[in-house]
Amino acid sequence: MSPTQVQEDSLLEVRSLKTYFPIRKGLFQREVGQVKAVDDVSFQVRKGESFGIVGESGCGKSTTGRSLLRLIEPTGGEVMFDGHKVTEFSDSRMREIRRDMGMIFQDPFASLNPRHKVRKILEEPLIVHGIGSAEERRSRVERVMETVGLSSWQLDRFPHQFSGGQRQRIAIARALMLQPKLIVADEPVSALDVSIQSQILNLMQDLKDEFGLTYVFIAHDLSVVKHFCDRVAVMYLGRIVELADKHSLYREPKHPYTQALLSAVPKPDPNAASERIILQGEIPSPANVPQGCVFSTRCPQVMDICRQQKPVLQPTSEGHMTACHLYGSAEA
Amino acid sequence: MSQPAIKLAPPPPAKTEVSSSWRDGWRSFRKNRLAMVGLGIIVFFVLIAVLAPFIAPYDYKEQELVNRLHKPGGEHWFGTDDLGRDIFSRIIYGTRISLWVGISSVVGSIVAGTMLGIVAGYYGRWLDALISRFFDILLAFPGILLAIAIVAALGPSLQNALLAIAIVNVPVFGRLVRARVLSLREEEYIMAARAIGMKNSRILWQHILPNCLGPIIVQGTLGIATAIIEAAALGFLGMGAQPPEPEWGKMLSDSRQFIQNAPWTVIFPGLSIMLTVLGFNLIGDGLRDVLDPRMKS
Repeated sequence: MSPTQVQEDSLLEVRSLKTYFPIRKGLFQREVGQVKAVDDVSFQVRKGESFGIVGESGCGKSTTGRSLLRLIEPTGGEVMFDGHKVTEFSDSRMREIRRDMGMIFQDPFASLNPRHKVRKILEEPLIVHGIGSAEERRSRVERVMETVGLSSWQLDRFPHQFSGGQRQRIAIARALMLQPKLIVADEPVSALDVSIQSQILNLMQDLKDEFGLTYVFIAHDLSVVKHFCDRVAVMYLGRIVELADKHSLYREPKHPYTQALLSAVPKPDPNAASERIILQGEIPSPANVPQGCVFSTRCPQVMDICRQQKPVLQPTSEGHMTACHLYGSAEA
Repeated sequence: MSQPAIKLAPPPPAKTEVSSSWRDGWRSFRKNRLAMVGLGIIVFFVLIAVLAPFIAPYDYKEQELVNRLHKPGGEHWFGTDDLGRDIFSRIIYGTRISLWVGISSVVGSIVAGTMLGIVAGYYGRWLDALISRFFDILLAFPGILLAIAIVAALGPSLQNALLAIAIVNVPVFGRLVRARVLSLREEEYIMAARAIGMKNSRILWQHILPNCLGPIIVQGTLGIATAIIEAAALGFLGMGAQPPEPEWGKMLSDSRQFIQNAPWTVIFPGLSIMLTVLGFNLIGDGLRDVLDPRMKS
């Protein structure tokens, strides 16, 4: 990555982010190992783009999202947000900056407090940050409620009186209340019916255009990401294996893992020739990652070097970065 | 947006709803016949306690030495004790003591136990270890023994008995709340609250504490029953209420030497203890069915 590229309108920049969880055992809770949920992840998100993170479950994509907001404390690395190094912020400054970073969670049945009415759920962010008078807060709550396609007379209901899609709209409204610059959406549609998914995605797209939002969109569904994102990072076992422009990634995936993933996406045409790449074996435990390339145990094109040396994420073509020895990192 | 058609529909009449989960709870509580019996018993005793001066025919201290150990009936419905005091009146005034001890000691335990439990569960680490070991130490002693030790150290009186019972029950509530907080802490809406920049104090008060209330209420009602028994036991051992206070346990122990000649001196206080305890236990069981979904079959 050239230095000039880094400067360009970057809203969020992540440099070798690491989040490890200790494995404790025995009477004295001795640390016997680490789960490397996120291991040396770097990327940058430009203002106004939708940045996708995909990967199978357990690959560390949710942990990455939560580490960005320091909801889970990262073990190492840096997160730069809007010119601030948030990984060095004190707790109180961190609470301040969270005004500008919204979060939408996967499960709309779990992310809303069942005992609070929608009005309270939406008003709370404003109260916490001391924004507006009671009257201003009230009108803002009603306005945002309508922005996400619900009506203000529904404000005095409880979350359980809404459907899943409506609840996710409420969760989105909550994230919007503080007019954030960035929204981290952690699988916002994967708990919803397919028909509702597209409604929510369209809503998120509309809001992006209206408020100039930037999204970090975490998902496991490749077709959703293709529909929604501008650039996509593919994660495997806590590492980014490929990061590229959406078109470039879907047209010519370079990393063997990405190729296998894409070959598994169902095609609408039943007669289309599909060459599915079936991966052998199981995903290794993140507590015990393979030496060298993390994918080396399952890669159909594995070479000797893959088992010894970790490949580096580097440019393989315009706007396309791959961490794979197949693309000439052997000389480096 | 997606649902213009629905928006045209007239808004339903604005209902001023109390948290609907509470209302649902009351509805299913009402269907539980035993729990309603318990509620009836407790309402009955509360009324007696409140209206004691109007119901009791005699002063609980008034001695009629001519009428010692008088049989029930006639002027003395429940008979008289060895000092000629009217047992019916003493039991009525005793209701005040037992309910007061039961409720206030449990409130004390709830306040202390909840605070310790929340701190232990939410902040975790060494604070959790410290507080949990403290609970373990308290629980290692049989409750009544610990209460006796505390009263022995502070001196026998109703106040100290109350304090002792409150202390003994702190770990019961503390552990309950800690366990609840441990599971709530992992809820996504707590993570969401942190994500909008909420302070821990607000998260604890607004999000965690209200969600702990169900189990606390259940355990609290059951706890009142135990506290009443413990108070009676301390009274029986002479470590609680002091004469001439008409404490039920104390009445039992004062009269136990007359149990063969004048069984009514023992039967009525005993029956009163049994009924109040039964009432609180029935309510507690009913509330558990309503508020604690894990117990539902």
